[in-house]
Amino acid sequence: MIAAPIEWVIALRFMREGRMQSALIITGVTVGVAVIVFLTTLIDTLQTSLIDRVLGSQAHIVVRPPEEIARRVPTTAGSGVTARVEPRAQRLRSIDQWENLYPQFSGASGVTAASPLVSGPGFAARGSASKSVVLMGIDPDRYRRIVKLDTDIVAGAYRVGGTDALIGIELAADLGIGVGDKLRVTTAEGGEDVLTVAGIFDVGSRDLNRRWVFVTLRVAQTLLNLPGGVTSIDLVVERIFDAQGIAERLQAQTGLKVESWMQTNAQLLAALRNQTISNSLIRTFVVMIVALGISSVLVVSVVQKQKEIGILRAMGASRQRIMVVFLLQGATFGLAGSVAGAGLGTVLLHVFSTIYRNADGTPIFSPEVSPRVMAVACVTAIVVGLVAAAVPARRAASLDPATAIRHG
Amino acid sequence: MAETVLRLHGVRKSYNIGTPVEVEVLHGIDLSLERGEFVALIGPSGSGKSTMLNLVGLLERPTAGSVEIAGQDATALDEDAVTRLRGRSIGFVFQFHHLIPAFTAAENVAMPLMLERGHSDAAIRARALELLDRVGLAAHAHKVPGQLSGGQQQRVAIARALSFDPPLLLADEPTGNLDTASADEAFALMREFNRRAGITFLLVTHDPRLAQRCDRIIELLDGSVLRDAPSGTALEAR
Ligand SMILES: Nc1ncnc2c1ncn2[C@@H]1O[C@H](COP(=O)(O)OP(=O)(O)OP(=O)(O)O)[C@@H](O)[C@H]1O
Ligand SMILES: [Mg+2]
Repeated sequence: MIAAPIEWVIALRFMREGRMQSALIITGVTVGVAVIVFLTTLIDTLQTSLIDRVLGSQAHIVVRPPEEIARRVPTTAGSGVTARVEPRAQRLRSIDQWENLYPQFSGASGVTAASPLVSGPGFAARGSASKSVVLMGIDPDRYRRIVKLDTDIVAGAYRVGGTDALIGIELAADLGIGVGDKLRVTTAEGGEDVLTVAGIFDVGSRDLNRRWVFVTLRVAQTLLNLPGGVTSIDLVVERIFDAQGIAERLQAQTGLKVESWMQTNAQLLAALRNQTISNSLIRTFVVMIVALGISSVLVVSVVQKQKEIGILRAMGASRQRIMVVFLLQGATFGLAGSVAGAGLGTVLLHVFSTIYRNADGTPIFSPEVSPRVMAVACVTAIVVGLVAAAVPARRAASLDPATAIRHG
Repeated sequence: MAETVLRLHGVRKSYNIGTPVEVEVLHGIDLSLERGEFVALIGPSGSGKSTMLNLVGLLERPTAGSVEIAGQDATALDEDAVTRLRGRSIGFVFQFHHLIPAFTAAENVAMPLMLERGHSDAAIRARALELLDRVGLAAHAHKVPGQLSGGQQQRVAIARALSFDPPLLLADEPTGNLDTASADEAFALMREFNRRAGITFLLVTHDPRLAQRCDRIIELLDGSVLRDAPSGTALEAR
């Protein structure tokens, strides 16, 4: 067995001697660390699941044809000096030369999947019931990697081919149809086709469940009168927060309109960012309070232990040794508190995850604390303990042994 | 000539230097102790006895003059070197026992050795028990100071001061807080270590009875050596 260094032995004895103080400060650190672990995990998991949900039915990046230039409209009333700028109504257009450009998107660095899409408005009718829908012409194998539609099928199969189509659970209810039933689709472009429902999906959004009708690229191209064309290319990136940078780069390279999910969900992101900032603020304050607590306990301890410090110095303990004794106490308070705090935080998360539930009874968040959060909390607590102990430790080291001993 | 353990040369000590209340407490002390001497330091309260002991014990530095321990001028050493020299060469016994309450008697005795080594080990523990046995406290090794009487605590303190076999042992009123019987016991113990191990003792006392039992008596008055003579002569001359 390796004998414990004498600094450790002394530090632990001092802490044990002042066990009331030690217990109180460790409790304080525990509560502080628990709050940080709890809040950080709660906010992280809620934010992640929110983003997951948003991105569950959305591509990370959407490439569209460039917007048509707005044109000047001379005002007829005046002398023609003033002009009105009017955006052009954007009609359904396809991306020029999309098949040549496609590899540039699918092969771009950071992009993990790409899928062409032909989408446009139409009407779905069954008997006398008619609903306005969005036709989504896809290549099912490629599209599956953008939106995991294949896992959202609640009836039938994920099969798009020929005239086989997928419709949402709400549309199926509205039209009163099921798997195998026929449905007639018409468009403003004059297209008309009869589709067979191969599968019914539920993507978690009523609106999308009511509007999306998935067909093959070819069927959509015919219905929307865009032979050979696609209206957009959907991309998925490796790291979701890189999407904006990649989109800007691709837009500059190709001149097409390239939009990331971060632009389309700017408000959501701003809200999440504010949440993160307030969490950081809370964390900072908790860390400060914990540091002050450790500091004040050790300052008091140095005063109480003046005599012992003097004796130790007279017995041959160097200033450094005395300093280390108090630094170790700070670090130990931090470590003990953070281990207990991580445990308490985990317990709190478990308790709250059973209290807070979604409408369907599933927990809003999973109470798993990431090892990274744990490690960061522990390392931070130890460092904070050391820093907080620095001032008292230096005071202890600079105590004059003669004075300490004289006033026995 | 006998080996010189301690030599003070022109030692002065002032407090509150550079302030209106600056005082010189010791006014140039010259002194040397030979190996094996057993010396009493006496004088009225405030005469500078504790101050002198602190200087000799390297707990404080003189304002002027030099303090030599075993031929080494401590005033020329830096703080760390002084700490090491103190740990190895000088044992302390204080008036108020000054044991560390959080440690057992055995651990208190072992403390100077543990501080030197950096950790405890079997040899150090054995040495501590042997010393406690020599002061008659082997049975109390695992008690903390709070569980020992004043006299027992002082014997533990003596054992601790001897842990390094230091050439020089300083004691500031080691019996001041003890009843007569315990005081005699502690004194006899120190005398025995002095005779057996040849350790040099410098002990401050207010007790003329004990001072008479030392080999040599140094009397301070207002920060100067008033008398320095073998026992038997100094007090009679008063
Ligand atoms: N840190 C200090 N600052 C100022 N004056 C001091 C300090 N330490 C000691 N003195 C003064 O030095 C003088 C000598 O003190 P010292 O403690 O050496 O006396 P002493 O002989 O040990 O007395 P006693 O027998 O009462 O213990 C006293 O007048 C004391 O007030
Ligand atoms: Mg004194």
